Amino acid sequence: MAILLDENSKVIVQGFTGQIGTFHAEEMIEYGTNVVGGVTPGKGGTTHLGRPVFNTVKDAVRETGANASIIFIPPPYAADGIMEAADAGIKFCVAITDGIPAHDMIRVKRYMRRYKKEDRMILTGPNCAGSISPGKCMMGIMPGHIYMPGNIGVVGRSGTLGYEAASQMKELGIGISTSIGIGGDPINGSAFKDHFEFFEQDPETKVVVMIGEIGGSQEIEAGQFAKENMSKPVVAYIAGLTAPKGRRMGHAGAIISAVGESAAEKVELLKEMGVTIVPTPSDFGTTVAKVLEKVS
Amino acid sequence: MEIHEYQAKEILQGFGVGINPGGLAYSPEQAVYRAKEIGGDVWAVKAQIHSGARGKAGGIKICKTDEEIWDAADELLGKRLVTHQTGPQGKVVHRLYIEQGCDIAREIYLAFVLDRAAERVTVVASAEGGMEIEQLAVEKPESIIKIHVEPAVGLQDFQARELAFALDLPASMLSQAVTTIQGAYRAMRDLDGTMVEINPLVVTGDNRLIALDAKMSFDDNALFRHPKISELRDKSQEDPREMQAADRGLSYVGLDGNIGCIINGAGLAMATMDMIKHAGGEPANFLDIGGGASAERTAKAFRLVLADDNVETILVNIFAGINRCDWIAEGVVQAVQKIDLEVPLIVRLSGTNVEEGRKIIKDSGLDIIMAETLKEAADKAVAAWKAHTGK
Repeated sequence: MAILLDENSKVIVQGFTGQIGTFHAEEMIEYGTNVVGGVTPGKGGTTHLGRPVFNTVKDAVRETGANASIIFIPPPYAADGIMEAADAGIKFCVAITDGIPAHDMIRVKRYMRRYKKEDRMILTGPNCAGSISPGKCMMGIMPGHIYMPGNIGVVGRSGTLGYEAASQMKELGIGISTSIGIGGDPINGSAFKDHFEFFEQDPETKVVVMIGEIGGSQEIEAGQFAKENMSKPVVAYIAGLTAPKGRRMGHAGAIISAVGESAAEKVELLKEMGVTIVPTPSDFGTTVAKVLEKVS
Repeated sequence: MEIHEYQAKEILQGFGVGINPGGLAYSPEQAVYRAKEIGGDVWAVKAQIHSGARGKAGGIKICKTDEEIWDAADELLGKRLVTHQTGPQGKVVHRLYIEQGCDIAREIYLAFVLDRAAERVTVVASAEGGMEIEQLAVEKPESIIKIHVEPAVGLQDFQARELAFALDLPASMLSQAVTTIQGAYRAMRDLDGTMVEINPLVVTGDNRLIALDAKMSFDDNALFRHPKISELRDKSQEDPREMQAADRGLSYVGLDGNIGCIINGAGLAMATMDMIKHAGGEPANFLDIGGGASAERTAKAFRLVLADDNVETILVNIFAGINRCDWIAEGVVQAVQKIDLEVPLIVRLSGTNVEEGRKIIKDSGLDIIMAETLKEAADKAVAAWKAHTGK
């Protein structure tokens, strides 16, 4: 078991024939991801990387039975691509694209609500490194080899900090059930809380790790959810202790603009909710190991 | 991206929001001339910088005569204004806005923000204008009114009316209020604004609604579809290093410490800075060189970090995913050979091709301190900084 993506995922690549789409599609295929085709409007009927190219996501779904999509469409058109995937019946979508206008994401989120919750596509990203269920399926731009299969569920905003956490765990022989990237944008497809819900249901996952940062309130909402609804322990790290107020730290979403959004405040609130805090970014492995020992 | 008050007012006026007559001046002579042109018997001479709270910093002068205008303009132009929003280095005044005075009966707060939690545009308003919203939120939270805008249909007139009544505006001003609120909302939506703040929105003695001060900021990610907004960018108001970095595709934020950081990925960059702090040091900057960092990009990053005179040690922390450690190592070696580095350099590489990367650095014979883990990198950086500076 894993969440959202596994050996049964049939993946299409939107923005398949572009330079970036091609590069990462090759990497994903090499990892063992079942990439069944791709979409590039106007290039339907051709083949690329030995797989069929379609004009529309609906065509791709009809012909290949695809249930997952990864998006490498340039920012001006990416929101449109996400909505196309949602409308075509894709169940899980990873939007890698960095730089989608916030008003476009508002539109995407509103559009997705036209589907009943049980039929609604799960969107992760935009501006993320993707997600991986080690040994089963990789939908993203991460180096697959640093992830070992196991029973830690990971959800994070940042790509490279997620790699850091995964490699510290691997070093100690701790593996991952699924690692989800929700991205660094202020308005994103899904929140920490959404994935906590999936991990709680996943029999393989024993501990959930949240890699958060300054800005917004999604980490706190997730902590609240964990306190009220989860039996599995939650471990969290919040990046940005040294970040000054009002300055955007790389990610559009990483900006302290209101009370409760700084790293120190989030850490205090999460502690009160019973979340185990990773004290420094070099303690991911050791902290998770301790918590894991208690549950097993 | 931020713009000046006068630019925000010009935009809002185009969407039906009332403003006072006013005009721009670059010299005391122009300021006096502008006041004559506008007419009236009292004027505000307002420093145009990208910051709020200008009044408290002495950036707004009320004048009644030509001499007063001349003197005010002369004093403000070229002056470095420091507000709590600009940081200690302040911002230099290059432009003035001369605005006709008006008879203020009441002040209202009106703003539109991108609400992350609600995932939509939210109107924030208060009958208590003139105060800053942070202050209002602490002192009079009950006076703050919030309305969420349904993205599919936009702000509705009934919502604008409800807001007008909640703000205690008289029925005679209702249609004016709806026009103003709807206008500001449309400016936000149509131009990909991230914020529109009218503070204060004033009711004049003769019952007109006027945006007396206005701030707008825009989504950088959406500027591709608003070339006219892009033209309003005033580089004199931006941190020169951050601007230089942005022009080179790097994301940089200058801080007060002395350990310069070169890192790939925003989250890892913040985490590394935190680690430096834990180790007893202070980071000099946030710098994300991006996922696909090349040798050339690494060299640019070095120049950028070293341009800060406070930097007394450099820490490079790269977790190679898409890129490879050997490429990064080559970039580091090339950069160090070219720039004749005088401060200690600590390099930590991890991820794809890490062994090859470490070998390149070792074989270069350069005086580079290698670290394997994040903790080791931060500890070594702080130790090297102490040894180098004797602090």
